[in-house]
Amino acid sequence: MSALILNHVSVVRGSRRVLDGIDVTFERGRLAAVIGPNGAGKSTLLSVAAGLLTPNAGSISLDAVPLAAIDRRILARRRAYLPQRAGVEWPISVERVVALGLAPSLPAFGGLPPTLQTRVADTLAQFDLTDLATRPATELSGGELARVMMARATVGTPEVLIVDEPTAGLDPRHVIEVGRRLRALADGGCAVIVALHDLDLARRIADDVVAMKGGRVLAAGPTQTVVTSEILSALYDAPIEVVADGEGGGIRYRGW
Amino acid sequence: MNRWLISVLLALLVAASVVALLAGTVWLSPVRVLASIMGGEAYLPALIVTQIRLPRLVLALAIGASLGLSGAVLQGLTRNPLAEPGLLGITAGGSLGAVIAIYFGFATGFALATPMFALVGAFGTALIALLLARRGGNLSLILTGVAISSIASAVTMLALNLAPDPFANYEIMAWLMGTLADRSWDHVALSLPFVLLGCALLCATAPALDALALGEAQAESLGTHVARTRVLALAGTALAVGASTAVAGSIGFVGLIAPHLVRPLVGHQPRRVLAPAAIAGALLVTIADTASRTLVFNGTPLNIGVFTSLIGTPFFLWLVLHLRGRTP
Repeated sequence: MSALILNHVSVVRGSRRVLDGIDVTFERGRLAAVIGPNGAGKSTLLSVAAGLLTPNAGSISLDAVPLAAIDRRILARRRAYLPQRAGVEWPISVERVVALGLAPSLPAFGGLPPTLQTRVADTLAQFDLTDLATRPATELSGGELARVMMARATVGTPEVLIVDEPTAGLDPRHVIEVGRRLRALADGGCAVIVALHDLDLARRIADDVVAMKGGRVLAAGPTQTVVTSEILSALYDAPIEVVADGEGGGIRYRGW
Repeated sequence: MNRWLISVLLALLVAASVVALLAGTVWLSPVRVLASIMGGEAYLPALIVTQIRLPRLVLALAIGASLGLSGAVLQGLTRNPLAEPGLLGITAGGSLGAVIAIYFGFATGFALATPMFALVGAFGTALIALLLARRGGNLSLILTGVAISSIASAVTMLALNLAPDPFANYEIMAWLMGTLADRSWDHVALSLPFVLLGCALLCATAPALDALALGEAQAESLGTHVARTRVLALAGTALAVGASTAVAGSIGFVGLIAPHLVRPLVGHQPRRVLAPAAIAGALLVTIADTASRTLVFNGTPLNIGVFTSLIGTPFFLWLVLHLRGRTP
């Protein structure tokens, strides 16, 4: 079932077209990876899809309702968004940071209702954060912070999860862990949209891949049809080979 | 934790207020004051308390709470630990308005001319800062505030330089140092409505401040209206601190210090800082005012702004050193 549809979306910044007539559909229960070189417009696409940036042309709709027509608090409950290098700017405890993910469901004043308190505790446990619950979020390692931010984004059980470069700066173990969690969310029925530079990871976890270059969609579709030697080489202007071997294959960079 | 902290701060505030009513050139005993107010034999103590010290105390509480609250809101909004109300040029603008009133002699014709001109000056600079920083982020807001503040200070200096007579010069200096001496119920009536309205606007930013701890993009994605929050914070600060500056002159550092004093005690959560910071600000100004009228050097009482700056500057230095140790 299609959840989020972008229709002829264009974004102009100054004299530059950052996004140029984008048509993409994201579906529930599927994980879509957005790949492409630096400056291709991936982050802009994600902000537009999250409803945080109003495009100069085109429309975005969630279940056939235009995003702009959805109340911002209701939209905040239905979709979660994690920007690049998401962090916390005050030494607030991990528990409180995760609870902030429930902010759109809270009354304007007063504390956290008991049902939501259990939700926070469950999410902390699910992301192995129970032991860190009282630690200030500014004192965490990169991997721990990435887990906290993922927990923050998913505590509200969003229908659509949009994540920009969640694995940047993480070691291989944490990359795999983040990948597994994103996969699990998609399997749970969420529409997961994630911008990735790690092509191996994209190939492993994504159902669909959107390949972007120069503000346009170069190719989009099921992973095996987009992650091919030809498309990747054209996408990055570099000789890239997708090899298949007994262990699932991988991405090879040729010529250096 | 929060409730406990607020109770302790309120208890301290009540104690400081009682001392503020009894201390001064004439030291009063609580028994005498109560007897006098109840219609006892001596009329003077009641007069001193209700007509001189009570309006001064009310102003100290209102001004301190405004400074503490707006400091906490601005630090939460900009996520900058050095943010404070003076940063937006409101204090400098208020001073400029007052200086104009004194310089051109309006102040001699009408007692409330100085605070009224100061009010206009404070609102004027806040409006300019708000319009100029409407687009762009926190940095643009801070830089605009600094620029406007500098312009207002430059014109104030010019007025000092060209002051027609030494009395105007003296009055301007006294105003720039901040004081609550000789303030009456008229001053309370002039400033309190603006202070209350401003504080209400500042409190309305509370839910947004927590989300802003995650940065503007995440706050916006959580349903926070970041632009509206900025307007609320600036308008609230302009009203509350502008009205405060208008009646008392510039009282530095309280808006900077008060939030930092209470922040570690509430787990650094921006919205929980607000109420304790307001009470701490009121406490600081009340104590500073009491001290400024009881500590008399060679017959000259200390000005309240001088007192808060003397305490505030070392704190500021400590803050800079402390932050340097924590950030790479």
